[in-house]
Amino acid sequence: MNRVLEKLPRSIRDDNLLIGFDSRDDAAVYRITDNLATVQTLDFFPPMLDDPYIFGQIAACNALSDVYAMGGEVKTALNIVCFPEQMSLNVLGEILRGGSEKVAEAGGVLAGGHSIADDSVKYGLSVMGLVDPEKMYPNNGGEPGSRLILTKKLGVGIICTANRIGAAPETAMQAAVGSMLILNKGAAEVLRDYPVQACTDVTGYGLLGHLHEMMDGRLSCRLSLDAIPVFDEALALADEFYLTAAAQRNRNYIGPFVHFENVPFAWEEVLFDPQTSGGLLAAVAADKAEDCQAALQKAGLPAQIIGEIVPKQEAEITVAGN
Amino acid sequence: MTNEVTVDARGLACPRPVINTKEAVEAMTGPGTVRTLVDNEIAVQNLQKFAAQRGLKAAAEKKSDNEFEVVLEVGEGQSAPAAAEITCTPDRRSGGLVVVFDSDSMGHGADKLGRILTKAFIFALTKQDELPEIMLFFNSGAFLTSADSESLEDLKALEAAGVSIRTCGTCMDFYNIAEKLAVGSPTNMYEIVDAMEHAGRLVKP
Repeated sequence: MNRVLEKLPRSIRDDNLLIGFDSRDDAAVYRITDNLATVQTLDFFPPMLDDPYIFGQIAACNALSDVYAMGGEVKTALNIVCFPEQMSLNVLGEILRGGSEKVAEAGGVLAGGHSIADDSVKYGLSVMGLVDPEKMYPNNGGEPGSRLILTKKLGVGIICTANRIGAAPETAMQAAVGSMLILNKGAAEVLRDYPVQACTDVTGYGLLGHLHEMMDGRLSCRLSLDAIPVFDEALALADEFYLTAAAQRNRNYIGPFVHFENVPFAWEEVLFDPQTSGGLLAAVAADKAEDCQAALQKAGLPAQIIGEIVPKQEAEITVAGN
Repeated sequence: MTNEVTVDARGLACPRPVINTKEAVEAMTGPGTVRTLVDNEIAVQNLQKFAAQRGLKAAAEKKSDNEFEVVLEVGEGQSAPAAAEITCTPDRRSGGLVVVFDSDSMGHGADKLGRILTKAFIFALTKQDELPEIMLFFNSGAFLTSADSESLEDLKALEAAGVSIRTCGTCMDFYNIAEKLAVGSPTNMYEIVDAMEHAGRLVKP
Protein backbone atom coordinates (compact mmCIF):
# COMPACT_ATOMS: atom_id res chain seq x y z
CA MET A 1 0.00 0.00 0.00
CA ASN A 2 2.76 2.45 0.92
CA ARG A 3 4.44 1.74 -2.40
CA VAL A 4 1.28 2.86 -4.22
CA LEU A 5 0.83 5.93 -2.05
CA GLU A 6 4.43 7.03 -2.52
CA LYS A 7 3.90 7.28 -6.26
CA LEU A 8 0.91 9.63 -6.04
CA PRO A 9 1.61 13.15 -7.27
CA ARG A 10 1.69 15.55 -4.33
CA SER A 11 -0.69 18.46 -4.50
CA ILE A 12 0.49 21.96 -3.68
CA ARG A 13 1.92 22.37 -0.23
CA ASP A 14 -0.47 23.91 2.28
CA ASP A 15 0.94 24.78 5.68
CA ASN A 16 -2.48 24.48 7.24
CA LEU A 17 -2.56 20.76 6.48
CA LEU A 18 -1.13 19.64 9.81
CA ILE A 19 -1.51 15.92 9.25
CA GLY A 20 -1.81 14.31 5.83
CA PHE A 21 -0.10 11.65 3.74
CA ASP A 22 3.32 12.58 5.07
CA SER A 23 2.50 11.42 8.55
CA ARG A 24 1.48 7.90 9.43
CA ASP A 25 -1.97 8.88 10.65
CA ASP A 26 -5.24 7.67 9.13
CA ALA A 27 -6.90 11.06 9.40
CA ALA A 28 -6.29 14.48 7.85
CA VAL A 29 -6.08 17.50 10.13
CA TYR A 30 -6.53 20.97 8.63
CA ARG A 31 -5.99 24.15 10.61
CA ILE A 32 -8.72 26.79 10.37
CA THR A 33 -7.48 29.16 13.09
CA ASP A 34 -4.65 28.99 15.61
CA ASN A 35 -6.71 26.99 18.05
CA LEU A 36 -9.11 25.18 15.75
CA ALA A 37 -8.57 22.47 13.16
CA THR A 38 -10.82 19.97 11.42
CA VAL A 39 -10.17 16.23 11.65
CA GLN A 40 -11.37 14.32 8.59
CA THR A 41 -11.47 10.56 8.36
CA LEU A 42 -13.37 7.75 6.69
CA ASP A 43 -13.62 4.03 7.08
CA PHE A 44 -15.88 1.34 5.64
CA PHE A 45 -15.84 -2.43 5.31
CA PRO A 46 -17.95 -5.57 4.73
CA PRO A 47 -19.94 -7.13 7.59
CA MET A 48 -18.00 -9.19 10.12
CA LEU A 49 -21.18 -10.68 11.60
CA ASP A 50 -24.78 -11.45 10.58
CA ASP A 51 -26.85 -8.92 12.51
CA PRO A 52 -27.18 -5.77 10.36
CA TYR A 53 -28.04 -3.48 13.27
CA ILE A 54 -24.96 -4.56 15.24
CA PHE A 55 -22.81 -4.37 12.11
CA GLY A 56 -23.97 -0.77 11.57
CA GLN A 57 -23.06 0.16 15.12
CA ILE A 58 -19.64 -1.48 14.94
CA ALA A 59 -18.79 0.09 11.57
CA ALA A 60 -19.70 3.50 13.02
CA CYS A 61 -17.66 2.96 16.20
CA ASN A 62 -14.71 2.02 14.01
CA ALA A 63 -15.06 5.07 11.72
CA LEU A 64 -15.58 7.50 14.61
CA SER A 65 -12.55 6.12 16.42
CA ASP A 66 -9.97 7.99 14.32
CA VAL A 67 -11.30 11.32 15.58
CA TYR A 68 -10.89 10.17 19.19
CA ALA A 69 -7.38 8.92 18.45
CA MET A 70 -6.49 12.48 17.41
CA GLY A 71 -7.94 13.90 20.63
CA GLY A 72 -10.83 15.53 18.75
CA GLU A 73 -14.58 15.82 19.10
CA VAL A 74 -17.01 14.33 16.56
CA LYS A 75 -19.14 16.91 14.74
CA THR A 76 -20.66 15.56 11.51
CA ALA A 77 -20.77 12.21 9.74
CA LEU A 78 -21.84 11.02 6.28
CA ASN A 79 -22.90 7.46 5.47
CA ILE A 80 -20.98 5.41 2.90
CA VAL A 81 -23.11 2.53 1.60
CA CYS A 82 -22.55 -0.28 -0.91
CA PHE A 83 -25.64 -2.47 -1.14
CA PRO A 84 -26.92 -5.18 -3.52
CA GLU A 85 -30.06 -4.19 -5.43
CA GLN A 86 -31.83 -7.48 -4.79
CA MET A 87 -31.31 -7.46 -1.02
CA SER A 88 -34.07 -6.39 1.35
CA LEU A 89 -34.02 -2.70 2.16
CA ASN A 90 -34.98 -3.63 5.71
CA VAL A 91 -31.42 -4.91 6.14
CA LEU A 92 -30.04 -1.57 4.96
CA GLY A 93 -32.43 0.21 7.32
CA GLU A 94 -31.07 -1.78 10.25
CA ILE A 95 -27.45 -1.04 9.29
CA LEU A 96 -28.16 2.67 9.04
CA ARG A 97 -30.12 2.65 12.30
CA GLY A 98 -27.12 1.14 14.06
CA GLY A 99 -24.76 3.67 12.49
CA SER A 100 -26.90 6.69 13.29
CA GLU A 101 -27.30 5.61 16.91
CA LYS A 102 -23.54 5.52 17.40
CA VAL A 103 -23.06 8.90 15.71
CA ALA A 104 -25.65 10.31 18.12
CA GLU A 105 -23.90 8.65 21.07
CA ALA A 106 -20.67 10.28 19.88
CA GLY A 107 -22.38 13.67 20.06
CA GLY A 108 -22.24 14.14 16.29
CA VAL A 109 -24.83 14.84 13.61
CA LEU A 110 -25.51 12.45 10.76
CA ALA A 111 -25.72 14.81 7.80
CA GLY A 112 -26.25 12.66 4.71
CA GLY A 113 -24.29 10.16 2.70
CA HIS A 114 -23.92 8.31 -0.56
CA SER A 115 -24.93 4.84 -1.66
CA ILE A 116 -24.16 2.70 -4.70
CA ALA A 117 -25.37 -0.70 -5.88
CA ASP A 118 -22.69 -3.34 -5.41
CA ASP A 119 -22.33 -7.13 -5.28
CA SER A 120 -21.88 -7.21 -1.53
CA VAL A 121 -22.69 -5.08 1.50
CA LYS A 122 -20.18 -2.54 2.74
CA TYR A 123 -20.83 0.24 5.19
CA GLY A 124 -18.96 2.95 6.96
CA LEU A 125 -18.81 6.67 7.55
CA SER A 126 -16.90 9.75 6.62
CA VAL A 127 -16.49 11.69 9.84
CA MET A 128 -15.55 15.30 10.54
CA GLY A 129 -14.43 16.42 13.97
CA LEU A 130 -12.76 19.40 15.56
CA VAL A 131 -9.55 19.58 17.54
CA ASP A 132 -7.32 22.24 19.05
CA PRO A 133 -4.04 21.83 17.11
CA GLU A 134 -2.09 22.53 20.30
CA LYS A 135 -3.79 19.66 22.08
CA MET A 136 -4.04 17.10 19.33
CA TYR A 137 -2.27 13.75 19.59
CA PRO A 138 0.10 12.76 16.82
CA ASN A 139 0.51 9.00 16.51
CA ASN A 140 4.30 9.26 16.50
CA GLY A 141 5.06 11.72 19.32
CA GLY A 142 6.25 9.22 21.94
CA GLU A 143 9.49 9.55 23.91
CA PRO A 144 11.74 6.97 25.58
CA GLY A 145 10.44 6.21 29.05
CA SER A 146 6.78 6.83 28.30
CA ARG A 147 4.40 4.01 29.02
CA LEU A 148 2.14 2.38 26.46
CA ILE A 149 -1.49 1.95 27.48
CA LEU A 150 -4.03 -0.13 25.54
CA THR A 151 -7.71 0.45 26.35
CA LYS A 152 -9.42 -2.65 24.88
CA LYS A 153 -8.76 -6.38 24.76
CA LEU A 154 -7.17 -7.90 21.65
CA GLY A 155 -8.50 -10.82 19.65
CA VAL A 156 -11.81 -9.68 18.10
CA GLY A 157 -10.53 -10.41 14.57
CA ILE A 158 -9.79 -14.06 15.29
CA ILE A 159 -13.09 -14.50 17.14
CA CYS A 160 -15.12 -12.98 14.26
CA THR A 161 -13.24 -15.12 11.72
CA ALA A 162 -13.93 -18.31 13.67
CA ASN A 163 -17.54 -17.21 14.14
CA ARG A 164 -17.94 -16.89 10.38
CA ILE A 165 -17.54 -20.65 10.09
CA GLY A 166 -19.54 -21.35 13.22
CA ALA A 167 -16.55 -22.21 15.39
CA ALA A 168 -16.48 -19.41 17.96
CA PRO A 169 -18.17 -20.16 21.29
CA GLU A 170 -21.25 -17.97 21.70
CA THR A 171 -19.85 -16.37 24.85
CA ALA A 172 -16.68 -15.41 22.97
CA MET A 173 -18.65 -13.74 20.20
CA GLN A 174 -20.81 -11.88 22.71
CA ALA A 175 -17.72 -10.59 24.49
CA ALA A 176 -16.08 -9.52 21.22
CA VAL A 177 -19.23 -7.75 20.04
CA GLY A 178 -19.55 -6.01 23.41
CA SER A 179 -16.01 -4.70 23.02
CA MET A 180 -16.48 -3.55 19.42
CA LEU A 181 -19.64 -1.64 20.40
CA ILE A 182 -17.75 0.54 22.87
CA LEU A 183 -16.97 3.98 21.44
CA ASN A 184 -13.46 5.19 22.13
CA LYS A 185 -15.09 8.40 23.32
CA GLY A 186 -14.91 7.38 26.98
CA ALA A 187 -11.22 6.47 26.73
CA ALA A 188 -10.45 9.73 24.91
CA GLU A 189 -12.20 11.77 27.60
CA VAL A 190 -10.08 10.15 30.33
CA LEU A 191 -6.85 10.59 28.34
CA ARG A 192 -7.52 14.33 28.01
CA ASP A 193 -6.55 14.76 31.67
CA TYR A 194 -3.14 13.10 31.23
CA PRO A 195 0.11 13.92 29.40
CA VAL A 196 -0.48 11.91 26.22
CA GLN A 197 2.49 12.11 23.85
CA ALA A 198 1.12 9.92 21.11
CA CYS A 199 -2.14 8.13 20.42
CA THR A 200 -3.61 5.90 17.76
CA ASP A 201 -6.46 3.43 17.52
CA VAL A 202 -5.69 -0.24 17.04
CA THR A 203 -7.42 -1.44 13.87
CA GLY A 204 -6.41 -3.23 10.68
CA TYR A 205 -2.66 -3.48 11.26
CA GLY A 206 -3.10 -5.14 14.65
CA LEU A 207 -1.36 -4.05 17.84
CA LEU A 208 2.13 -4.63 16.44
CA GLY A 209 1.41 -2.79 13.18
CA HIS A 210 0.12 0.29 14.96
CA LEU A 211 3.03 0.17 17.40
CA HIS A 212 5.36 0.06 14.41
CA GLU A 213 3.78 3.31 13.17
CA MET A 214 4.06 4.84 16.60
CA MET A 215 7.79 3.99 16.83
CA ASP A 216 8.25 6.09 13.69
CA GLY A 217 11.65 4.64 12.81
CA ARG A 218 13.29 6.50 15.73
CA LEU A 219 12.07 4.63 18.82
CA SER A 220 11.76 1.10 20.13
CA CYS A 221 9.48 -0.42 22.71
CA ARG A 222 9.25 -3.38 25.01
CA LEU A 223 5.96 -5.12 25.82
CA SER A 224 5.19 -7.50 28.69
CA LEU A 225 2.97 -10.28 27.44
CA ASP A 226 1.24 -10.86 30.76
CA ALA A 227 0.05 -7.23 30.88
CA ILE A 228 -1.63 -7.18 27.47
CA PRO A 229 -5.44 -7.32 27.69
CA VAL A 230 -6.77 -10.19 25.57
CA PHE A 231 -9.85 -12.34 25.07
CA ASP A 232 -8.76 -15.77 26.32
CA GLU A 233 -11.08 -17.32 23.74
CA ALA A 234 -9.05 -15.69 20.95
CA LEU A 235 -5.92 -17.42 22.25
CA ALA A 236 -7.78 -20.71 22.42
CA LEU A 237 -9.04 -20.29 18.84
CA ALA A 238 -5.56 -19.38 17.57
CA ASP A 239 -4.28 -22.54 19.28
CA GLU A 240 -6.84 -24.43 17.22
CA PHE A 241 -5.43 -22.74 14.10
CA TYR A 242 -8.28 -20.38 13.34
CA LEU A 243 -5.74 -18.23 11.54
CA THR A 244 -6.79 -15.14 9.63
CA ALA A 245 -5.40 -14.05 6.27
CA ALA A 246 -5.11 -10.46 7.46
CA ALA A 247 -2.98 -11.43 10.47
CA GLN A 248 -0.59 -13.24 8.14
CA ARG A 249 -0.41 -10.17 5.87
CA ASN A 250 0.41 -8.09 8.93
CA ARG A 251 3.04 -10.63 9.97
CA ASN A 252 4.66 -10.46 6.54
CA TYR A 253 4.86 -6.69 6.77
CA ILE A 254 5.58 -6.10 10.48
CA GLY A 255 7.30 -9.37 11.43
CA PRO A 256 10.82 -8.15 10.59
CA PHE A 257 10.48 -5.35 13.18
CA VAL A 258 9.41 -7.66 15.99
CA HIS A 259 11.45 -9.79 18.36
CA PHE A 260 9.52 -12.38 20.38
CA GLU A 261 10.98 -13.71 23.64
CA ASN A 262 9.15 -16.79 24.95
CA VAL A 263 5.92 -15.84 23.23
CA PRO A 264 3.54 -18.74 22.50
CA PHE A 265 2.34 -19.12 18.91
CA ALA A 266 -1.27 -18.23 19.75
CA TRP A 267 -0.15 -14.95 21.29
CA GLU A 268 1.86 -14.08 18.19
CA GLU A 269 -1.27 -14.53 16.11
CA VAL A 270 -3.32 -12.33 18.44
CA LEU A 271 -0.67 -9.58 18.39
CA PHE A 272 -0.77 -9.54 14.56
CA ASP A 273 -4.58 -9.91 14.49
CA PRO A 274 -6.42 -6.99 12.85
CA GLN A 275 -8.90 -5.40 15.21
CA THR A 276 -12.27 -3.97 14.26
CA SER A 277 -13.21 -1.05 16.48
CA GLY A 278 -10.15 -1.75 18.62
CA GLY A 279 -9.02 0.30 21.58
CA LEU A 280 -6.84 3.36 21.82
CA LEU A 281 -3.10 2.87 22.17
CA ALA A 282 -1.58 5.83 24.01
CA ALA A 283 1.96 6.77 25.03
CA VAL A 284 1.68 8.48 28.40
CA ALA A 285 4.44 10.13 30.45
CA ALA A 286 5.79 7.57 32.91
CA ASP A 287 4.99 9.42 36.15
CA LYS A 288 1.29 9.72 35.27
CA ALA A 289 0.83 6.34 33.59
CA GLU A 290 -0.34 4.43 36.66
CA ASP A 291 -2.93 7.11 37.46
CA CYS A 292 -4.07 7.14 33.86
CA GLN A 293 -4.46 3.36 33.84
CA ALA A 294 -6.50 3.53 37.06
CA ALA A 295 -8.74 6.27 35.67
CA LEU A 296 -9.40 4.30 32.48
CA GLN A 297 -10.22 1.20 34.53
CA LYS A 298 -12.53 3.26 36.71
CA ALA A 299 -14.34 4.29 33.51
CA GLY A 300 -15.06 0.56 32.97
CA LEU A 301 -12.38 -0.16 30.38
CA PRO A 302 -10.03 -3.19 30.50
CA ALA A 303 -7.10 -0.78 30.04
CA GLN A 304 -3.57 -1.88 30.92
CA ILE A 305 -0.05 -0.51 30.76
CA ILE A 306 1.37 -3.01 28.28
CA GLY A 307 4.95 -1.80 28.01
CA GLU A 308 7.24 1.16 27.57
CA ILE A 309 9.03 3.10 24.89
CA VAL A 310 12.83 2.78 24.94
CA PRO A 311 15.62 4.38 22.89
CA LYS A 312 15.99 2.89 19.42
CA GLN A 313 17.41 -0.63 19.44
CA GLU A 314 18.05 -3.29 16.87
CA ALA A 315 14.64 -4.86 17.42
CA GLU A 316 12.02 -2.16 17.11
CA ILE A 317 9.38 -4.04 19.09
CA THR A 318 10.33 -6.63 21.71
CA VAL A 319 7.57 -8.74 23.20
CA ALA A 320 8.62 -10.57 26.36
CA GLY A 321 6.73 -13.62 27.57
CA ASN A 322 7.15 -15.29 30.93
CA MET B 1 -5.96 -47.33 5.20
CA THR B 2 -5.82 -43.58 4.83
CA ASN B 3 -2.33 -42.69 3.72
CA GLU B 4 -2.94 -39.98 1.19
CA VAL B 5 -5.67 -37.37 1.42
CA THR B 6 -6.27 -34.36 -0.77
CA VAL B 7 -7.95 -31.26 0.65
CA ASP B 8 -9.18 -28.91 -2.05
CA ALA B 9 -9.37 -25.53 -0.35
CA ARG B 10 -9.28 -23.43 -3.50
CA GLY B 11 -11.90 -20.71 -3.34
CA LEU B 12 -12.13 -20.96 0.44
CA ALA B 13 -11.26 -18.02 2.67
CA CYS B 14 -9.03 -18.29 5.73
CA PRO B 15 -9.32 -19.94 8.20
CA ARG B 16 -10.99 -22.72 6.14
CA PRO B 17 -7.91 -24.05 4.34
CA VAL B 18 -6.02 -24.60 7.60
CA ILE B 19 -9.03 -25.90 9.52
CA ASN B 20 -9.94 -28.38 6.76
CA THR B 21 -6.31 -29.51 6.58
CA LYS B 22 -6.12 -29.87 10.34
CA GLU B 23 -9.24 -32.02 10.31
CA ALA B 24 -7.79 -34.17 7.53
CA VAL B 25 -4.54 -34.64 9.49
CA GLU B 26 -6.41 -35.52 12.66
CA ALA B 27 -8.63 -37.99 10.80
CA MET B 28 -5.59 -39.97 9.67
CA THR B 29 -5.17 -43.34 11.29
CA GLY B 30 -1.52 -43.85 10.40
CA PRO B 31 1.41 -42.17 8.69
CA GLY B 32 0.76 -40.59 5.32
CA THR B 33 0.47 -37.33 3.47
CA VAL B 34 -2.13 -34.59 3.29
CA ARG B 35 -2.06 -32.60 0.07
CA THR B 36 -3.85 -29.25 0.31
CA LEU B 37 -4.68 -27.10 -2.71
CA VAL B 38 -5.15 -23.37 -2.13
CA ASP B 39 -5.41 -20.33 -4.38
CA ASN B 40 -3.29 -17.75 -2.58
CA GLU B 41 0.08 -17.39 -0.94
CA ILE B 42 -1.24 -16.16 2.42
CA ALA B 43 -3.10 -19.47 2.82
CA VAL B 44 0.17 -21.29 2.04
CA GLN B 45 1.90 -19.34 4.80
CA ASN B 46 -0.88 -20.10 7.27
CA LEU B 47 -0.60 -23.81 6.39
CA GLN B 48 3.15 -23.63 6.98
CA LYS B 49 2.56 -22.11 10.43
CA PHE B 50 0.16 -24.96 11.21
CA ALA B 51 2.74 -27.52 10.06
CA ALA B 52 5.50 -25.89 12.10
CA GLN B 53 3.36 -25.87 15.25
CA ARG B 54 2.46 -29.53 14.79
CA GLY B 55 6.00 -30.55 13.85
CA LEU B 56 4.91 -31.76 10.40
CA LYS B 57 7.20 -31.62 7.41
CA ALA B 58 5.69 -29.29 4.80
CA ALA B 59 6.58 -28.65 1.17
CA ALA B 60 4.87 -25.89 -0.80
CA GLU B 61 4.81 -25.59 -4.55
CA LYS B 62 3.38 -22.89 -6.79
CA LYS B 63 1.50 -24.57 -9.62
CA SER B 64 0.26 -21.40 -11.29
CA ASP B 65 -0.59 -17.81 -10.35
CA ASN B 66 -3.57 -18.85 -8.33
CA GLU B 67 -2.89 -22.47 -7.55
CA PHE B 68 -0.58 -23.65 -4.80
CA GLU B 69 -0.05 -27.09 -3.34
CA VAL B 70 1.13 -27.76 0.19
CA VAL B 71 2.08 -31.34 1.03
CA LEU B 72 2.25 -32.26 4.71
CA GLU B 73 3.96 -35.42 5.82
CA VAL B 74 2.26 -36.95 8.82
CA GLY B 75 4.50 -39.37 10.65
CA GLU B 76 3.58 -42.14 13.08
CA GLY B 77 1.58 -40.66 15.97
CA GLN B 78 1.67 -37.16 14.49
CA SER B 79 -1.99 -36.92 13.56
CA ALA B 80 -2.94 -35.74 17.04
CA PRO B 81 -1.61 -32.56 18.70
CA ALA B 82 1.83 -33.12 20.20
CA ALA B 83 1.01 -31.75 23.62
CA ALA B 84 -2.03 -32.84 25.58
CA GLU B 85 -4.70 -30.21 25.15
CA ILE B 86 -5.70 -28.49 28.34
CA THR B 87 -9.44 -28.61 28.75
CA CYS B 88 -11.57 -27.34 31.59
CA THR B 89 -14.16 -30.06 31.20
CA PRO B 90 -13.49 -33.75 30.75
CA ASP B 91 -13.60 -34.91 27.15
CA ARG B 92 -17.01 -36.45 26.67
CA ARG B 93 -16.33 -37.76 23.18
CA SER B 94 -16.42 -41.52 23.23
CA GLY B 95 -14.19 -43.75 21.18
CA GLY B 96 -15.35 -43.85 17.61
CA LEU B 97 -19.08 -43.17 17.92
CA VAL B 98 -20.34 -41.90 14.54
CA VAL B 99 -23.90 -40.55 14.18
CA VAL B 100 -25.35 -40.42 10.68
CA PHE B 101 -28.20 -38.15 9.54
CA ASP B 102 -29.38 -39.21 6.09
CA SER B 103 -32.54 -37.12 6.36
CA ASP B 104 -33.80 -34.06 8.20
CA SER B 105 -36.82 -36.12 9.29
CA MET B 106 -36.58 -38.99 11.79
CA GLY B 107 -38.50 -42.20 11.10
CA HIS B 108 -41.26 -42.89 8.60
CA GLY B 109 -44.58 -41.06 8.76
CA ALA B 110 -45.49 -37.39 8.79
CA ASP B 111 -42.50 -35.25 7.78
CA LYS B 112 -43.47 -32.54 10.21
CA LEU B 113 -43.37 -35.00 13.09
CA GLY B 114 -40.10 -36.42 11.74
CA ARG B 115 -38.46 -33.04 11.88
CA ILE B 116 -39.62 -32.44 15.46
CA LEU B 117 -38.14 -35.83 16.38
CA THR B 118 -34.83 -34.99 14.69
CA LYS B 119 -34.57 -31.74 16.61
CA ALA B 120 -35.29 -33.56 19.87
CA PHE B 121 -32.77 -36.27 18.97
CA ILE B 122 -29.98 -33.77 18.42
CA PHE B 123 -30.88 -31.92 21.61
CA ALA B 124 -30.81 -35.21 23.52
CA LEU B 125 -27.38 -35.95 22.03
CA THR B 126 -25.99 -32.82 23.67
CA LYS B 127 -27.10 -34.16 27.05
CA GLN B 128 -25.45 -37.57 26.79
CA ASP B 129 -22.46 -38.41 28.94
CA GLU B 130 -20.74 -39.76 25.86
CA LEU B 131 -20.69 -37.53 22.79
CA PRO B 132 -20.13 -38.75 19.24
CA GLU B 133 -16.73 -38.35 17.66
CA ILE B 134 -18.16 -37.56 14.25
CA MET B 135 -21.63 -36.52 13.02
CA LEU B 136 -22.28 -36.99 9.30
CA PHE B 137 -25.05 -35.19 7.40
CA PHE B 138 -26.10 -36.14 3.90
CA ASN B 139 -29.05 -35.97 1.51
CA SER B 140 -31.76 -33.87 3.21
CA GLY B 141 -29.77 -34.25 6.44
CA ALA B 142 -27.65 -31.43 4.98
CA PHE B 143 -30.42 -28.97 5.90
CA LEU B 144 -29.69 -29.62 9.60
CA THR B 145 -26.29 -27.86 9.48
CA SER B 146 -27.58 -25.03 7.33
CA ALA B 147 -28.23 -21.47 8.54
CA ASP B 148 -32.01 -22.02 8.81
CA SER B 149 -31.73 -25.20 10.88
CA GLU B 150 -33.58 -25.31 14.16
CA SER B 151 -30.81 -27.48 15.60
CA LEU B 152 -28.04 -25.00 14.95
CA GLU B 153 -27.43 -24.03 18.56
CA ASP B 154 -27.27 -27.67 19.68
CA LEU B 155 -24.90 -28.55 16.84
CA LYS B 156 -22.67 -25.59 17.65
CA ALA B 157 -22.58 -26.72 21.27
CA LEU B 158 -21.59 -30.21 20.14
CA GLU B 159 -18.90 -28.78 17.87
CA ALA B 160 -17.60 -26.63 20.71
CA ALA B 161 -17.34 -29.83 22.78
CA GLY B 162 -15.08 -31.27 20.09
CA VAL B 163 -17.51 -33.24 17.94
CA SER B 164 -16.50 -33.20 14.27
CA ILE B 165 -19.55 -32.13 12.23
CA ARG B 166 -19.32 -32.88 8.52
CA THR B 167 -21.86 -32.26 5.79
CA CYS B 168 -21.86 -33.79 2.32
CA GLY B 169 -20.73 -31.15 -0.18
CA THR B 170 -22.50 -32.77 -3.14
CA CYS B 171 -25.76 -32.72 -1.19
CA MET B 172 -25.41 -29.05 -0.25
CA ASP B 173 -24.69 -28.23 -3.89
CA PHE B 174 -27.72 -30.22 -5.00
CA TYR B 175 -30.03 -28.38 -2.60
CA ASN B 176 -28.24 -25.10 -3.36
CA ILE B 177 -27.40 -24.47 0.31
CA ALA B 178 -23.57 -24.66 0.21
CA GLU B 179 -23.36 -20.96 1.04
CA LYS B 180 -25.52 -21.47 4.11
CA LEU B 181 -23.41 -24.07 5.91
CA ALA B 182 -23.43 -22.69 9.46
CA VAL B 183 -21.70 -25.33 11.55
CA GLY B 184 -18.90 -27.82 10.92
CA SER B 185 -17.23 -28.34 7.58
CA PRO B 186 -18.08 -29.79 4.18
CA THR B 187 -17.04 -33.33 3.41
CA ASN B 188 -17.00 -35.75 0.49
CA MET B 189 -17.96 -39.37 -0.11
CA TYR B 190 -14.41 -40.59 0.39
CA GLU B 191 -14.39 -39.16 3.91
CA ILE B 192 -17.93 -40.35 4.61
CA VAL B 193 -17.00 -43.92 3.64
CA ASP B 194 -13.82 -43.67 5.68
CA ALA B 195 -15.62 -42.33 8.77
CA MET B 196 -18.26 -45.09 8.55
CA GLU B 197 -15.71 -47.83 7.96
CA HIS B 198 -13.60 -46.79 10.91
CA ALA B 199 -16.50 -46.06 13.25
CA GLY B 200 -16.40 -47.89 16.58
CA ARG B 201 -20.20 -47.72 16.58
CA LEU B 202 -22.52 -46.28 13.97
CA VAL B 203 -25.84 -44.76 15.08
CA LYS B 204 -28.63 -43.52 12.84
CA PRO B 205 -31.78 -41.84 14.20
